[in-house]
Amino acid sequence: MFGACSTTKTEGVLNLPRERLFMAEGSIYTAALMEHNAHPDYKYEMEHPTHTHEGVNPSCGDDIILSLRVVDGIVEEAAFTGSGCAVSLASADIMADLITDEPVEEAKRLCDLFMKMIRGEATDEELEDLGEAAELKSIALMPARVKCAELGWRTLDTILADSIQAETAKEEL
Amino acid sequence: MAETRPILHGADMLTERGRAEWDAASVQVSALVDNPYKKDFPLLATKPSLAFLDSAATAQRPAVVLDAQRDFYESMNANALRGLYKLSVEATKAINASRAHVARFLGLTDADACDIVFCRNASEALNIVAASYGASVLGAGDEVCITIMEHHSNLIPWQQVCERTGAKLVYMYVGEDGMLTEEEMRAKIGPQTKIVSAAHVSNVLGVENNIKLLASIAHEYGATMVVDGAQSVPHLQVNVRDLDVDFFAFSAHKAFGPLGIGVLWGRHELLDAMPPFLTGGEMIDSVTEQEAVWAPVPEKFEAGTQDAAGIYALDAALNYMENVGYDAIQMRESALVHTCMHRLSELDFVRIIGPEDPALHHGVISFNVCGIHPHDVSSILDMDNVAIRAGHHCAQPLLTHLGIESCCRASLAFYNDSSDIDKLINGLEHVWGMFHD
Repeated sequence: MFGACSTTKTEGVLNLPRERLFMAEGSIYTAALMEHNAHPDYKYEMEHPTHTHEGVNPSCGDDIILSLRVVDGIVEEAAFTGSGCAVSLASADIMADLITDEPVEEAKRLCDLFMKMIRGEATDEELEDLGEAAELKSIALMPARVKCAELGWRTLDTILADSIQAETAKEEL
Repeated sequence: MAETRPILHGADMLTERGRAEWDAASVQVSALVDNPYKKDFPLLATKPSLAFLDSAATAQRPAVVLDAQRDFYESMNANALRGLYKLSVEATKAINASRAHVARFLGLTDADACDIVFCRNASEALNIVAASYGASVLGAGDEVCITIMEHHSNLIPWQQVCERTGAKLVYMYVGEDGMLTEEEMRAKIGPQTKIVSAAHVSNVLGVENNIKLLASIAHEYGATMVVDGAQSVPHLQVNVRDLDVDFFAFSAHKAFGPLGIGVLWGRHELLDAMPPFLTGGEMIDSVTEQEAVWAPVPEKFEAGTQDAAGIYALDAALNYMENVGYDAIQMRESALVHTCMHRLSELDFVRIIGPEDPALHHGVISFNVCGIHPHDVSSILDMDNVAIRAGHHCAQPLLTHLGIESCCRASLAFYNDSSDIDKLINGLEHVWGMFHD
């Protein structure tokens, strides 16, 4: 009665014209995004994270827990769990892929770059560094969905800010 | 006729109550292909590819309403009430005429126009009742009883006044079918209840609450009955005397009128005894350095310059609705809701929220697409020019009660037709296809 869903795949609805399955130019629902949503490689519970933080969009119910394993200033592992819309989950998966094996400073730079892209201020050259995440560029045109795309990155930013601050404090000792 | 077959097929699933309306609706379904109303609404007329299915959030306005707004500014613009010259007198007359019209619209007479308070929207109207009336009658140990299906606008004002006065906020819950039972009303309303407040029609479930029954139970215990009519006025003829309620609020913008105009009606003796909500210009009789004497109702609740053009345009919106007529409105909406629910039920990846019987949905159909977040559904439908609402619909406690975080909502008005439903169904197949390629 109240929307409990058990159905998975339905016959008959996939006979849509091919072009309708792929999005109009500027859409955020690209093949890459749909792939990351359907098969998120980085959506699992990490065994021994050094950092964990929860990010929530209260108005949509997007809720992810991001975990990092940072060793000697390198993000050796990034993973997340939680639930949310395709945009929030795919964006988090793309992000985890991008920052894995990167130094903390590089992860921070990419994070800032992503936010710059969302504000519509990144150059084409800068966008190249973001790889698949650059496909979310047009989210800038959908203000209602910006916070979905940003969720993973905002959560990462909080962790990195803490991590960098802790490192700085250690060096100063 | 393509629409007729699924209607008759779907009728097998109906309850007795729904069958009569279903039969009546199916007769009218063919009429949904012809739509004499869309042309009256400039936005709909100029965007023929748009399926606007979000009228429960805000309706579209007909040209006569837009013309009225412009006409006010072009022919009678002046500050109403206080000016002693002809223009101001005209503006004042326009407000008074609209006030009287609203009174008649709610089943009252012109003589009751003084109990019609204009404000910004239903939210503000309900805030006036909670803050001015609620705060003056509530104390520790008292209870305010509302339903779990309330829009935040009829929930947070009560949370606030309960916090201030030490009163307790009590909820009446809906059953599995989304309906509020008499048993639940009687379990929650009692001698400690001072105020009962309920949505006439739910903005998520689309169900109509039995306001007459609620009011009679509330009055048994001497409690005051407040009604949020934001979602009922566009679909149901309201008579506040017949419902026997004490306060009734609605928004003009959901009833094809302008944005920014709300209406509060209250029993005269209650409005008269209440302190003002906002204070300032226009709401006083006399002012000294340290004190003021309030103007009589309704001016007491109308501080500052009113949106007279909007009030004048509301008059035009009510005229338009009355010309279309509730009979035509309900016949079309009933046929639209029956068709839409039936076609949604044919998509086995869609789950409808609320009663199965279309006759119980007043223009509102909430649903979820299995495994796909409502925001994705809405964004993808938007690419196909289908406008629906997705989220918690300002009714988070209800969604929590239903065990869901968010849902999609298609809401219909008489200006929709079968092409809008076709676009929604095709769009949902597109959504499903994108996620299951």
